[in-house]
Amino acid sequence: MTRGSVLGAALTCSLLVLAGAASAKDWKTVVIGMEGGYDPYNLTDPSGKIVGFEPDLAMDVCARMKVECKIIAQDWDGMIPGLEAGKFDVIMDGMSITDERKKQIDFSIAYANVPAALATAKSSPLAKLAGAGKLVNFEKDKAGGEATLKALRDALKGKTVGVQVSTTHATFAGNHLKDVATVKEYKTTDERDLDLKSGRIDAVLDDETEIAAMLGKDDAKDFTEFGPHLTGGDFGIGVGMGLRKADADLTAKFDKAIKAAFADGSIKKYSLKWFKIDTTP
Amino acid sequence: MDWLTALGFGERGWGPALLQGAVMTLLVSGAGLAIGAALGSLVAWAKLSGVRVAGAVGEGYAALFRGLPELLVVYFVYFGSSALLTATAHLLGVEGFVGVPGFAAGALAVGVISGSYQAEVFRGAFLAVARGELEAARAVGMGRWLMFRRVIAPQVLRFAIPGLGNLWQVALKDSSLISVTGLTELMRASQLASNSTHKPFAYYVAGGALYLLLTAFSDRVFDFAERRATRGMRREAT
Amino acid sequence: MMSLDFILATFLRLMAALQVTLSVWALSVLIGAFIGGGVAWMRLSGVKPLEWFARAYVFVFRGAPLLVQLFVVYYGLSSFPAVRASVFWPFLRDAFNCATLSCALCTAAYQSEIFRGALAGVPPGQVEAARACGMSSFLLFRRVTFPIALRQALPAYSTEVISMVKATALVSLVTLWDVMSVALKIRNDTLVTYTPLLIAGAIYFVVNYVIARIFIFIEQWLSPHLRSRSV
Repeated sequence: MTRGSVLGAALTCSLLVLAGAASAKDWKTVVIGMEGGYDPYNLTDPSGKIVGFEPDLAMDVCARMKVECKIIAQDWDGMIPGLEAGKFDVIMDGMSITDERKKQIDFSIAYANVPAALATAKSSPLAKLAGAGKLVNFEKDKAGGEATLKALRDALKGKTVGVQVSTTHATFAGNHLKDVATVKEYKTTDERDLDLKSGRIDAVLDDETEIAAMLGKDDAKDFTEFGPHLTGGDFGIGVGMGLRKADADLTAKFDKAIKAAFADGSIKKYSLKWFKIDTTP
Repeated sequence: MDWLTALGFGERGWGPALLQGAVMTLLVSGAGLAIGAALGSLVAWAKLSGVRVAGAVGEGYAALFRGLPELLVVYFVYFGSSALLTATAHLLGVEGFVGVPGFAAGALAVGVISGSYQAEVFRGAFLAVARGELEAARAVGMGRWLMFRRVIAPQVLRFAIPGLGNLWQVALKDSSLISVTGLTELMRASQLASNSTHKPFAYYVAGGALYLLLTAFSDRVFDFAERRATRGMRREAT
Repeated sequence: MMSLDFILATFLRLMAALQVTLSVWALSVLIGAFIGGGVAWMRLSGVKPLEWFARAYVFVFRGAPLLVQLFVVYYGLSSFPAVRASVFWPFLRDAFNCATLSCALCTAAYQSEIFRGALAGVPPGQVEAARACGMSSFLLFRRVTFPIALRQALPAYSTEVISMVKATALVSLVTLWDVMSVALKIRNDTLVTYTPLLIAGAIYFVVNYVIARIFIFIEQWLSPHLRSRSV
């Protein structure tokens, strides 16, 4: 090879590299997929519009990022294929950040983390379990967590606990309660609550906001919360946006915007509006 | 919010959304059944033709789509065709994701599945036609097209109508799976309403009632068709 | 995720769930056949009230989506204190019982229509000839009507049986985890898009193929005179 051709090759290569770098995606519009059926993260109003905590948050961070955000409705079964196919760029659907899931997609930083709580019938012996209202963090308070878990397992021995499938609560129940109690998994919380009321299950484990909402209804006057609130460990670090691994630059942009939204209290505002409590992780 | 408001047509009522879903269900199922009829008769003909290759292909198609869960078929039809479309669009310089319209993909998916079942119905109906009639037609010198038009088709339809009635019901139910394309049909509308208002009863029952209405209407249509098709035919069942 | 470990683990989990699918399916088809036969008999009995009941039954259980029927049988019935206090509660309390009962009621409606269509397809000439020979009603049914109707019902019947295998995918609504539901659960937990579904699809396909072949065999065994049929 002559010196001239080596130089020519080097020049071509460097130009190609520059061209490649310059074609990193320039995000002007971002399409966000939501279900519209996961109250209060996102729900659909009768006119078909999607409202909730996540739409509010999405509009907020997109404004900060100076991009135009489009929210489209997609049922959960089509959510992941849609992300992969490019139908949308982000999934916001109350998705918990778990290590298992991180193998497939990237997550933004957590924008909400609701502790878990338990509920049962007032007439049940479970209602008397100690530690009501306390918050136990399995990650930060290992000793306290162990004691709580032991008390919980003893109380739930031989009983039936209802959880929603594919949630951190289901993971926790599967890992720690399955050997002493029967764990029943339900597709939606509404159905599980129906079974609590008809007596098929003795206790339910869910987000404390869900429990509070359920107990706030008229037909739940025979039921009550019991035991401490739980977070950390199997319950994860919270929910975040799901993005394709290839779009790391977009993820970074969202992270920045979310942090800013935390800093000036916007997220707390939305959280109080929809969850009635502050769900900042 | 009481039941009447929840289901009604006021500002917070889900009535219109459910009705829109019902219309969508009807349209997708109808289109799907039509596509299925075309595919089904083709496959039945292939299987009955005696040509081994045609029979094998027909058999393969029927076996594949009867054996696979419907959800998978909808996935592959929708995401598969969208991927094809997107790839073609990229070649032409169009950026981003190009999706096949949900309705087309949904109807095609329902049609492909329905076709594999309709093939069996048509085949069974054809075999129920008395062999003597076909022999007589040929003996009289009827050409193949005339024989098809005057002897085979009317009788096959006669025998196929109960089976097709069943498959129409199946198509109505299969259409509930096309929500993965993003289209909101009746079942999805009911679930959205139920999840957003936490009133599962109201919406399961309302959705069910609307399906029953669609069924009642279709039953009338099929009954009418059956009576007309079996005019003059003696029916002795037991 | 194409790691062999994942595929193998998923396959084993799905095969374990196959037991749920097959047991709900087999029981509901069997029970449904009896109920469906009864409904078909009522429909053709000539007794008006029975005919009305049969028509109403088919209308409701074929017209309403199975999902709605499952919901009503499992959640709907249990919401009435009267039901919970009744003698049926120990039975209805259990998810498997409710799911099987609901599926049976649903498939019975479809099966009764198949039976009705098949019986109607028996050539009247043959029935007349049998009566002319002096056959009693029972002998007529046993020797003429039933064999012919059975043969004619087979294609549509195999369709319904295979449909039911796939319909069992809905029982996750009432906390039973069949193959499809477990596959979707794995997918939600890991976000792997297609692998769990493909494995589930393969399992369903094999099961359905075996069933289809069994029916084809039965059909050919019963129709020696039609084997070399062509237009």
